[in-house]
Amino acid sequence: MSDKEISIITEENVKYVAHLARMELSPERLPVLAHQLKDILDFIDKLKEADITGVLPTSHILPIQNVLREDLFKGSLSSQDALANAPDKQGDFFGVPKVIE
Amino acid sequence: MENLHSLTAHVLTGKLGKKEIAPGDILDSIKARIKDVDPKVKAYVRFSDADFAGLPSSSDPVPGPLSGIPITIKDNICTNGLATQCCSRILEGFKPPYDATVIKKLKEAGAVIVPVKANMDEFAFGSSCENSCFGPSHNPWGLERVCGGSSGGSAASVAADEAIAALGSDTGGSIRQPASFCGVVGLKPTYGRVSRYGLIAFASSLDQIGPLTKDVEDSAKVLSVISGHDPMDATSADVQVPDYSQALSGDIKGMKIGWPKEYFVEGLDAEVKKVTLEAIEKLRSLGAQVTEISLPNTQYAVPVYYIVATAEASSNLARFDGVQYAFRKTNAEGLIGMYKATRGEGFGDEAKRRIILGTYVLSHGYYDAYYLRALKVRTLIKQDFDKVFKELDCIVTPTSPTAAFKIGERMDDPLKMYLSDIYTISANLAGIPSISIPCGFTRDSLPVGLQILARPFNEEALFKASHAYEQNTPWHTMKPKL
Repeated sequence: MSDKEISIITEENVKYVAHLARMELSPERLPVLAHQLKDILDFIDKLKEADITGVLPTSHILPIQNVLREDLFKGSLSSQDALANAPDKQGDFFGVPKVIE
Repeated sequence: MENLHSLTAHVLTGKLGKKEIAPGDILDSIKARIKDVDPKVKAYVRFSDADFAGLPSSSDPVPGPLSGIPITIKDNICTNGLATQCCSRILEGFKPPYDATVIKKLKEAGAVIVPVKANMDEFAFGSSCENSCFGPSHNPWGLERVCGGSSGGSAASVAADEAIAALGSDTGGSIRQPASFCGVVGLKPTYGRVSRYGLIAFASSLDQIGPLTKDVEDSAKVLSVISGHDPMDATSADVQVPDYSQALSGDIKGMKIGWPKEYFVEGLDAEVKKVTLEAIEKLRSLGAQVTEISLPNTQYAVPVYYIVATAEASSNLARFDGVQYAFRKTNAEGLIGMYKATRGEGFGDEAKRRIILGTYVLSHGYYDAYYLRALKVRTLIKQDFDKVFKELDCIVTPTSPTAAFKIGERMDDPLKMYLSDIYTISANLAGIPSISIPCGFTRDSLPVGLQILARPFNEEALFKASHAYEQNTPWHTMKPKL
């Protein structure tokens, strides 16, 4: 990827990314959002000045690798409690709009 | 009876111990104060008299270090059966079926959970509390001003004496910046010190829960209760919790404190700078050895943050899709249509902006250029701190570059809003503990905060320095006129 490509953010891009994020955006908001995201990304481009040669990424600051526990049987939420907040429930399941015809 | 709502937890604990007052008296006092001033401050959300009806007012609370003390909770920390919605429409009506670990620990310590929640920016996205679906909270020191954010309601409730103490969460300054704007004490513990189980996640590698209190002693008292390893949070650290009250000795002779020159440059308000430098002089006069230091990668903190935090948020907030939690738009076509309509209507503007930015920086073709690069620069920022903490006990800086700004002033300029966290973000990226304490006022009588940072798991150094400063200055005793 060339540096030139990085900061380009168009309304089309925003629309596509909004689709990936499963987010409906109103047509009036699209140009405003594209403009604001461009400003933010221009600002973020400052990171190109940092010398990261040979630097390892930090995704997490604690020296934790894997955290395992004994595989013991314990109680958990009942399905009734787990479903209590669902906008649609059918029996012991979350209800969703039809996926397969 | 004197105004119990204006007292600290440690003073109230003393009065309860001597049976001068009953726990019900404290709740009555808080309740009356909320009724009196919350219509102006709006620190709480979903408030109704009925919420208080279920409160235990018996004279027999659970014994423990916070016995009988009411604690106010930010709207993103799960409380069993009590509405918790991150001040977002998308969680309208959500009642968690369990308590967060911090809530469990507070209850076991005898605290009473205030049954209405504190206002916040939606999903903790913001620095002003204006991104709440309930509208903004108002700064008790100037009602036309913001209270800071995202834990703005927690800070405002403590400042306005509508709470004894509160919990907030801090991802990039969300406890410390509102504490600074409202003139209270706000602590972000070391990453891993406090369990995140039951905190509705924003950015999992940065989020920490911490207390907002009226003084440093209460901060230490609440942290002692909520800290510690929790098997329910794989990122909670298995590190012993010291007795923080031991750190409140008042003696800082010989303590090594650094002030980073990169924090005192253009963009720092002149009055805030003056007040902060006076506070640093005060620490020196109390016996601390103060030196100028350099944190050369400071300039990269905000851009790194807005990549890492939004990337993590876009992933964490994928779960709010209209299936499990309360809110759903039903008039859409098919499953994906339902997801999109629910999220489009359920999330506010700033949440949408951050989810889309986060999705963008993680998307195909941009991952290396943005996300991976940001993680590498995060390493540089952490190394800056590792290096100076070889020689130092603490670092001091302003908490925010300005005092509280006016409501509405920055809403159309997200970038300008993001820069109000410029001094607080680094602590989250490096995982180190940090506190903001009141250190003076501007000419407009707005509070200014002093930020103190220390090495990981050395909250004691923060308490030691901030307690000594507090006990030798009058700021924490001052109250807004409401």
